[in-house]
Amino acid sequence: MTVATKVGEQSSSSPLAEKLRGNIELYVTPAFFFLLATTVAVVWIYADFDAQTASMLEPSKLIRETRQHINLTFWSTLLVLTIAVPLGIFLTRPRFRRLSGPVLSVANAGQAVPAYGLLVLLLTVRPPGAITAIIGLTVYAMLPVLRNTMVGLDQVDQAVIEAGRGMGLSKRQALFAIELPLAVPVILAGVRTALVINVGTAALAFLIGGGGLGVTINAGLKLQRDTGVFIAGALVALLALLIDFVAASVERGLRPKGL
Amino acid sequence: MTETLIKLDDVTKTYPGTDVPAVANLNLEINRGEILVLVGPSGCGKSTTLRLINRMIEPSSGRIMFDGDDVTHVNADELRRRMGYVIQQIGLFPHRTIAENISTVPKLLGWDKQRTAERVDELLETVGMEPGIYRDRYPKELSGGQAQRVGVARALGADPEVLLMDEPFGAIDPITRDRLQNEFLRLQDELKKTIVFVTHDIDEAIKMGDRIAILREQSVIAQHDTPEAILAGPADKFVEDFLGSGATLKGLNLLRASEVELDDVTTVRAPTSRHEVMQAIEAASSPWILYLDESGAPKRWLDRRSLDEVNSIDQAGKEVRVTVEPEDTLRDALEKMLQSAVGTACVVDPTGAYRGVVRVETLVEIIDRLQREEQARQEAR
Repeated sequence: MTVATKVGEQSSSSPLAEKLRGNIELYVTPAFFFLLATTVAVVWIYADFDAQTASMLEPSKLIRETRQHINLTFWSTLLVLTIAVPLGIFLTRPRFRRLSGPVLSVANAGQAVPAYGLLVLLLTVRPPGAITAIIGLTVYAMLPVLRNTMVGLDQVDQAVIEAGRGMGLSKRQALFAIELPLAVPVILAGVRTALVINVGTAALAFLIGGGGLGVTINAGLKLQRDTGVFIAGALVALLALLIDFVAASVERGLRPKGL
Repeated sequence: MTETLIKLDDVTKTYPGTDVPAVANLNLEINRGEILVLVGPSGCGKSTTLRLINRMIEPSSGRIMFDGDDVTHVNADELRRRMGYVIQQIGLFPHRTIAENISTVPKLLGWDKQRTAERVDELLETVGMEPGIYRDRYPKELSGGQAQRVGVARALGADPEVLLMDEPFGAIDPITRDRLQNEFLRLQDELKKTIVFVTHDIDEAIKMGDRIAILREQSVIAQHDTPEAILAGPADKFVEDFLGSGATLKGLNLLRASEVELDDVTTVRAPTSRHEVMQAIEAASSPWILYLDESGAPKRWLDRRSLDEVNSIDQAGKEVRVTVEPEDTLRDALEKMLQSAVGTACVVDPTGAYRGVVRVETLVEIIDRLQREEQARQEAR
């Protein structure tokens, strides 16, 4: 076996298209972010604030609401992750696969109910507050992570698992060394979707006393202060863009090399 | 010398929900150091049989003996680490580098870093891939042939005594497959592993096998013998049909290029001049002469007219597209001859350097002889 194989024998993937696509994702979101941020700054500086608007947009209040908003998003997504990923793994094991249909329909139903309705319905069983809001958001964002975990694990090439098992990897080793790493890109895409859903839905948390930027948006609408509505709404959008960008970067960093 | 390493003892596999067993009461002995080929029509249970050996499929009844021990009920994961496993789809881990792929089993066995790294480089060299170039690459950067080489290297990772190969060259183009088969046979000459090799291709079986087990439905052994014996005396109608027509042609699978007397042709070796080439052609006994490059590898067939048409020798005449390696069977050589422009196949050594040629006339003689032998056998029956 002395015939050295030529380097030219290798298959050449065309990385250019991939790179372009990746780069667009990296540039477009920040571009939107800065455009919107500039608009907010301009409005903030040049708009005439009456007493109502000024108290509505009082900086320390906005900061508090933004922090609440981030907390709602963070904790609900964390809960989604700790429930949906293990559940997804569990449901793709051959022994429990027949449960996947029923569980998916429940998760589907959770998302089919309008967010507004879901949050208000929760009030029938729980007192109002941030924790109830987090529970609502968790139920609402469960489906994308659960489904992506299952799809991500299912799309792993059976031959790769077979080869691993055939070399003596135990079921557990095959799961952690092969299946999960190869499913990571798909799972993370689901997490990113869940994050963005949660940022948006958290704007409704004020309905059940969960706080967040929805409070200011609601006040602005009730009192017909368009500037207030715009600024608070734009802050939610900025938060969503920022979180999406961070999530995309994490996704990029955690994607296994060689895929 | 012929000592049994693996023994299947009355093994039956019936899948749940079916009455008909996929493998029924199979008894099979595999000798240490041999290549045993399991061959049969699709659906005959040959892959199932292979997977019963490392218990990827658990037998419903019967015993599996490995190196004198009953391994029917030992920890299957640990058993598999003692047997290399190569499948048709290869199944390299796409998120791991070539080196990480090859070190899978050493890592499972807890080898230290130094030893594992040395083993990886050694194996890459064994399968003809430069460690410095390929060690840190990912599987997607490899061609099909290279991926299969890495697959074999990975299976050899912790130097297992046994290799189980399930149609390992099935998904590879014919030319690369031929080269991989040859490389593998050379490798096996050094390694002397015990190999169970599954294929549906009788030609591959005859080429690769020290012994062949021809299987029919439910993995019932129709005949289990050396390729020579099977070709000379098919046990029954089933084997005869499976061998197909042209038993003589199949016989060409038994002879290797290294076993026939090679002819010589006039050669010129680069660097050379037009004038020298012309002189060589004038002096040659045959119309075509062979032009070799600096390393001695055959490059082009040249005749008197070819130099008139073009200026450069490198573009004159007819290109030598395929060459025959010593491990190639005469059937491979025949196929390559048919692709050759001049009806003559160039035989090269493993480094690619010219060794001689096989002419059509030589093959015709051999085929004549085989046919006479075949007739004599049939009359004797």
